[in-house]
Amino acid sequence: MTAAADPVGATPMNMLSAINHTLHREMARDDRVIVFGEDVAKSGGVFRATDGLQAEFGATRVVDMPLAEGVIIGSAVGLAASGMVPVPEIQFLGFAYQAFHQIAGQLARLRYRTDGRLNAAVTVRAPFGGGVRTPELHSEAIESQLANIPGLKIAMPASAADAKGLLATAIRDPDPVMFLEPLRGYRAVSDPVPDGDHLVPFGEARTVSEGDDLVIIAWSYMVEIARQAADRLRTEGVSVQVLDLRTIVPLDVEAIAAAVERCGRVVVVQEAPETCGFASEVIATINDEAFYSLEAPVARVSGYDHPYPVGMLEDDYVPSVERVLAAVRRTLEMAP
Amino acid sequence: MTTTDSRSRNSPRELADAELQDILGDMIQARVASDRAFALQRQGRAGTNAQVDGSEAIVVGAAYALDPATDWVVPQYRELVGLQRFGSEVLDRYVMYIKGHPNGGFHPEGTNVLPPQISLATQIPKAVGMAWGKKLQNEPGCVLTFFGDGSTSEGDFYEAGNLAGVLDAPVILFCVNNQWAISTPNHEQTRASSFASKAEAFGIPGVRIDGTDPVAVFHAVADARERAVSGAGPTLIEGVTYRLAPHTTADDPTRYVPADDLAKARERDPLVTFRAMLVEAGLWDDERQREAEAAADERVEAAVRRADETPLAPDHGFTNVFAEPTPRMVRQRAEMRRHLGLEDPR
Repeated sequence: MTAAADPVGATPMNMLSAINHTLHREMARDDRVIVFGEDVAKSGGVFRATDGLQAEFGATRVVDMPLAEGVIIGSAVGLAASGMVPVPEIQFLGFAYQAFHQIAGQLARLRYRTDGRLNAAVTVRAPFGGGVRTPELHSEAIESQLANIPGLKIAMPASAADAKGLLATAIRDPDPVMFLEPLRGYRAVSDPVPDGDHLVPFGEARTVSEGDDLVIIAWSYMVEIARQAADRLRTEGVSVQVLDLRTIVPLDVEAIAAAVERCGRVVVVQEAPETCGFASEVIATINDEAFYSLEAPVARVSGYDHPYPVGMLEDDYVPSVERVLAAVRRTLEMAP
Repeated sequence: MTTTDSRSRNSPRELADAELQDILGDMIQARVASDRAFALQRQGRAGTNAQVDGSEAIVVGAAYALDPATDWVVPQYRELVGLQRFGSEVLDRYVMYIKGHPNGGFHPEGTNVLPPQISLATQIPKAVGMAWGKKLQNEPGCVLTFFGDGSTSEGDFYEAGNLAGVLDAPVILFCVNNQWAISTPNHEQTRASSFASKAEAFGIPGVRIDGTDPVAVFHAVADARERAVSGAGPTLIEGVTYRLAPHTTADDPTRYVPADDLAKARERDPLVTFRAMLVEAGLWDDERQREAEAAADERVEAAVRRADETPLAPDHGFTNVFAEPTPRMVRQRAEMRRHLGLEDPR
């Protein structure tokens, strides 16, 4: 690696500001980029992620859409086929079920169906995740359902810097990317975001904190939970690595294997229900790549196998620091 | 807003005699290709496929009203055999497609036709998006999408028709009403007075025409195209015809299509009526018919030959998922090739 040509500073901001800032930058960089969705233009999005875009780039490039998720995705595929770079928003990931046939059947396979003639350079932004008292079908973590669809890349940033770097990479990627934003991290996660052009490559996990007694593998807001657990454990003299996958497709198999080989003990944390969650894929990958390095069975901390609960129950459903700590302690107590 | 008189037209031009002859030639080729595709399935040389029989006037008439250099056709699946005007590659690739060849979806640069779409109505949002993209990029031309009467019950039809209206997208929504969605007749599909009347909900013109008459189809599409390219927005066209063949090679319509209805529809077979019209006008005779059929046979034979001769890579599925395969896909592909005793990929 050569040193950066111009010294790059950084500005502290939360994830929401980082996303907004990046959308502004990418729309300015490439006039093929078009942002559309429900309430994204005049209101600037229900969370203000798209605030100010219409004022800067006009009503033809930042468009309030009729309320219909299927055609938001379906028309994005057509726009991409025509040479545009669409960045549609699904207001909440739970609403993506109303577009699932377009995501799975069309978006993910334009390149494949046309045997390479056309490609869908589409970045679908959608917030998800618990802890903010939303109504039903707003909080669902359905990343593993998406990961089971060949042809989609799935980025799930956990920091503001990565929100910028992964979103810029997603928009410049020639293939469809599901860019899933943690609702709880929008304002709660804040960190220095590099100024200027900042691209984070897909498929490269990030070590959030170093350690060698145990590794916690997580993505999206669960990285923040894992980090808090690791901080607590450090005060007790336990050295825990936190590995943020950043993208689950493509998956950084090498980083997972290296962490398991070094630590020997693993806890995987996901917000989704346990059965067939992406944690299962991570554990199967460990089985393939680093089984003989394990000193204890891999533990997972998940949501439970019931529909995402109503507000008064959700704090006991979404994995908490306490549940992660309990899983870590159980794993550390097991004899090799 | 819904009109049914195909003669109240503002078409920019009339069809020349030679074009009328070309249209019948293309209709014959479509029927020959469709019949041949059926036979290939029966011989075990192709998979399940859907026949165009009865819809030739719609597909070919529409194609002649479009400009293959600037316009796109976003088909369902029945129409691919009739789009010769958009390039000979369309039939070649369609034959590959029904034979299960992985290169069947490819159309080279300049052939502005998407491959078959199996999931009904899902192509309509795509067509609207492509038309929207044309408008944003100030590109000439328009997009025409075909779908069946059954597809008008799908959510995608309503979502896309509505968006097309809101955006004034340069798109033509063409409903091929062949009366049957496999076994479901029109009256069990909708209580609406016509499929064209659904345009009312989108705030766009709806036109209902005789789908057995390629000239009527030509003028309706030419009018709609004029609207689209002039910025006046989309049009919904319903072409009324009758499905003269089974839904697909896997269907047995004798279980549900009334024999009398089918017999009556056969009297209005577009290949029979349009040929009679051209014979009466002195533009067609038995000699031309024989030549057209022979040329169609030869053309379809060449497509079958090309499909049979195009090499097949068992690991082709790994290409064209992403621009660059993920490391995991690279590993899987290598495993597959090892298992099949093939050399490592480049």
